[in-house]
Amino acid sequence: MKKKKPRASWGDRILRSASGLTAVLVVGIMIWMGWEMFISSRQSLHQFGWAFLGGRVWDPVHRIFGALPFIYGTLVTSLVALVIAGPIGLGVAIFLSEMAPATVRSVVGFLVELLAAIPSVVLGLWGIFVLAPFLGKVVEPWLGKRLGFIPLFHGAPVGVDLLNGGLILAIMILPTIASISREVMTAVPTVQREAALALGATKWEMIRIGVLSYAKSGIIGSVILGLGRALGETMAVTMVIGNMPNISPSLFSTAYSMAAVIANEFTEATYGLYLSALMEIGLILFAITLLLNIFARLLVWSVARGPKGGHLV
Amino acid sequence: MGNLSVRNLEAWYGAQKALFGITAEIPEKQITAIIGPSGCGKSTFIRCLNRMHDTLPGAKVSGDILLDGKSIYDQHPVYLRKTVGMVFQKPNPFPSMSIYENVVAGLRLNGERHKEKLRAAAEKSLRMAALWDEVHDRLNYSGVSLSGGQQQRLCIARALAVEPSVLLMDEPASALDPIATQRIEELVSALKKDYTIVIVTHNMQQAARIADLTAFFLNGELVELGPTSEIFTKPKDKRTEDYITGRFG
Amino acid sequence: MDARRNLLNALMMGIFSLAAVIAVVPLFAVLGYVLKNGLTSLNWAFFTELPGMMGVGGGMANAIIGTLIVVLLASLIGIPIGILAAIYLSEYDRSSWFSTLVRFTSDVLTGIPSIIVGIVVYAAIVVRTKHFSAFSGGVALAIIMIPSVIRATEEMLKLVPHTIREAGDALGIPKWRIILNIVLPTAAKGILTGALLAVARISGETAPLLFTALGNLYYAHSLNEPIATLPLNIYFYAISPYDQWHKQAWAAALVLVFIVIVLNVVARLAFRSRLRKN
Ligand SMILES: Nc1ncnc2c1ncn2[C@@H]1O[C@H](COP(=O)(O)OP(=O)(O)OP(=O)(O)O)[C@@H](O)[C@H]1O
Ligand SMILES: [Mg+2]
Repeated sequence: MKKKKPRASWGDRILRSASGLTAVLVVGIMIWMGWEMFISSRQSLHQFGWAFLGGRVWDPVHRIFGALPFIYGTLVTSLVALVIAGPIGLGVAIFLSEMAPATVRSVVGFLVELLAAIPSVVLGLWGIFVLAPFLGKVVEPWLGKRLGFIPLFHGAPVGVDLLNGGLILAIMILPTIASISREVMTAVPTVQREAALALGATKWEMIRIGVLSYAKSGIIGSVILGLGRALGETMAVTMVIGNMPNISPSLFSTAYSMAAVIANEFTEATYGLYLSALMEIGLILFAITLLLNIFARLLVWSVARGPKGGHLV
Repeated sequence: MGNLSVRNLEAWYGAQKALFGITAEIPEKQITAIIGPSGCGKSTFIRCLNRMHDTLPGAKVSGDILLDGKSIYDQHPVYLRKTVGMVFQKPNPFPSMSIYENVVAGLRLNGERHKEKLRAAAEKSLRMAALWDEVHDRLNYSGVSLSGGQQQRLCIARALAVEPSVLLMDEPASALDPIATQRIEELVSALKKDYTIVIVTHNMQQAARIADLTAFFLNGELVELGPTSEIFTKPKDKRTEDYITGRFG
Repeated sequence: MDARRNLLNALMMGIFSLAAVIAVVPLFAVLGYVLKNGLTSLNWAFFTELPGMMGVGGGMANAIIGTLIVVLLASLIGIPIGILAAIYLSEYDRSSWFSTLVRFTSDVLTGIPSIIVGIVVYAAIVVRTKHFSAFSGGVALAIIMIPSVIRATEEMLKLVPHTIREAGDALGIPKWRIILNIVLPTAAKGILTGALLAVARISGETAPLLFTALGNLYYAHSLNEPIATLPLNIYFYAISPYDQWHKQAWAAALVLVFIVIVLNVVARLAFRSRLRKN
C-alpha cells in the first residue's frame, strides 16, 4: 500500500504558526523588557553617566541621584544570604539526592518546595514582626557583646537592618539552591558513584569524587541562580531592611536595596529625571540578573548534557 | 591470595529474587568467565562479590562468600573493595580528573600523599593496563579525552592501582570496537598471573579465548562451572549444551 | 588513618542531615506564626467587608476578589501562551537554534526580578493608558508565569511516547489533531500540575502589582480600574502604623498561604495520580 502524504492542512498551518508566534513572543518579551528599561532610563544615563554607579547621595529634592547605597545594600544582603543558604542548600541537596530513603526524601523534598512557595510578602511580614524583634532583642545584643570588635557587628541593635534582610533572603534562596543542585546531582550517572565505591571510597568520599566533582559547574550554577534571585527580591527586603540609603560596614545598620527603592519611590517620582533614575536602577538590576542567569543556566545545562572531553584539566 | 568461595548465595532486588542458591569455587590467579543469557543474574552475581549489590536501596543478600577463607561480610565494604576491584561495562573515568589523577584516585582515598610513590604507582598501573606508552606524555589531560578503549584501560589501571587481589569485570569490552576488545582481552590474559579475575561476558568466543574456567548462569541459577574447554566441548548439563550450541538465549 | 576516614564520613553525614533539619525550621517558624496570628485576627467580616478607615476594623472582601480576578486574568493570558510555546518546542521544532534560544530565554526569564516586570508593564501599559489597572496587573503576572508553564508543559509533552504520535500518523490523522486530541490529553494531568504551580506562584506576587494593579480601597468595577489584591494589602497593612491593620495583615497572610498551599498540594496530587496510572 502506498503511504499518503497529505499536504499540510489549514489546521496544521494555524497551529504551527500560532505556536511559533508564541515562541517568538517569549524571546520578544525579553528583548522588549531590556529595550523599555533602556529607553526609560535614557535621561538619567545621559545626565549622570557612569558616575551614577558611584554616587553616594540620593536626594530627589536637589535632583542628585547616586545608586551606590542601593547597590551596596543589595550586594551585602545577597552576600549574607549566600553565605548562609549556600552551604545549607548544598547540604540539603546532598541529603536528598544521596542519603535519604525514599519516604524521607519525598517528605523533606516537599517541605523544601513549600518553603519556596511561601509568598515573599508573607516572609516580609514575619521578618518585621517576628524576626526583627528577635534579632534586635536577642541575637544582635549577643553578637555585639561577643564579636562587637568586628565592624560587622558594631552598633545599636534594632533588628531592622542588613542582617535581617540577609536572613530573609537566605530563607528565600535556600530552596532554589537546594532544588537545582539536587536536580544536578541526580543527573550524575550512577556509574560515577559506583566507580568511586569500587575503589574503596566511603560514602562521603563517593559523594566528593563521584558526585560533587562531576556536578561542580551545575552546583555553582545553582548557587548563582540563588544569588540572582536574592539580588532582585523586592518585597521581603523592602519590609525589613529599614530603607535608609546608608553605606555602613555594620550588619546592624539600616540600609536600602535597589529593588526596595524602586518599590518605595516609583509612584512618588514626581519629575522625569527622578523616574528615569529609578528606571536606571531597574536597568542595572535587570542587566546584572540577566548576565548572572545566562551564565548560571549555561553551567546547569552543561552538566545536564554531560562533560565534554578533549581539553586540559 | 584471591580465592573466592561462594556458599549458597541468594540475592534480591526488593521482592524480586535474582540469584538462587549459588555455590561456587573461584580459584586464585585464574580467569573465570561468567556467561549466560541477558537477565540471568551475571551482573548481580559479580556485584555481590564486592558487596556492591548491597548499596542499592532494597537490595538483599543471604548466604556467604569467603575470600581466602574469611567471610567478606565480616569486613567493612570499604576495605573489601580495596581487595576486590571492579571494572564496569561502560568506561567511567572521573571526568573532572586528569588521567593521572584518575589512576591514583584510590590511593589518595587511602591517604597516600607522597608524590613520588603516587607517580611510581601510576606508572606501574598504567604499564600493567598497557596504556602507559599511549598516555605517558599527556597525563594531565582529562580522563575523558581518551578513546573508549583507552578509557576502559584507564579504568583498569585505576582499579589495579590500589593493588587488589581480585578483579571483577562486568562485560568490560562490550562497549568497544573489535580492535579495542582484542587489546582488553590480551590485557586480561596478561593480568592473570597476578590477579584472580572474574569476567562477565556476552560473547562465548571471548570466554573460550581467555577463560580458564567458565560458569554458565540461567534464570538466576548457576547451572554449571568447570574448565572452559569442558564447558564448551562436553558440557554435563543439557541446558548448557543448548546455550552453547545456540539453541536458545 | 582508617578511623579518621570513618569519622569524617560520619561527620559529613551528620552535617548533611542537620542541613535538612535546619532547612525546614524556617518553614515551620513562618507557618506557625502565620497560623497563630492569623487565626486570632481572622473573622467573618474579613471575608465580607471592605477595608475600614485608617486602622479600624473592616475586611478585605475586595482584595480577595481582586486576587481572584487578577490571577484569573493572568492565567487566561499566560497559560495558553505557555502551552502553545511548549507545543512549538516539543512538536514542531525540537532542536533548531531557534528553539534552543526560546528554551534558554524562557529559563533566563524565570530569573528576572519580578519588580522589573512591574516597571516594564508600567511603562508599556500604565503610562500609555494613563491609569493603573487590573488589566496591567494581569499582564505583569502573565509574563511571570509563562516560563514555568512552558517548562512544565514541554517536559510533559516529551514524556508522551513517540509511538502514540506515530500511531496517529499511520491512521492519516493530521498533525494538529494528533497534537490537540491525542498528545495534549495524554499529558493533561502533568500540564495541569505545572499550570497550578505557576498559578500558586503568581498568587503571592506583590512587586509586579505595585505599579500596575496599585491597590484599591473599594471594589474595582472594571479591568481598567486599580484593583486590590491580598499580597498588596499585606504589604500596605504591614508597613502601616496601626495595630489593627497589622492584625489584618496576618489574617490576609493566613488566607494567602492557605490558598498557595492548597494549590501546591492539589497540583502534586494531580501529578501523583498521573504517575499511578502509568
Ligand atoms: N536495579 C535493579 N532493580 C530491580 N531488578 C533488577 C535490577 N538490576 C537487575 N535486576 C533484575 O535482576 C535480574 C538479573 O539481572 P542482571 O543485571 O544480574 O542480569 P545480567 O545477567 O547481568 O544481564 P545482562 O546480560 O543483560 O547484563 C534481571 O531479572 C533484572 O531484571
Ligand atoms: Mg549485566
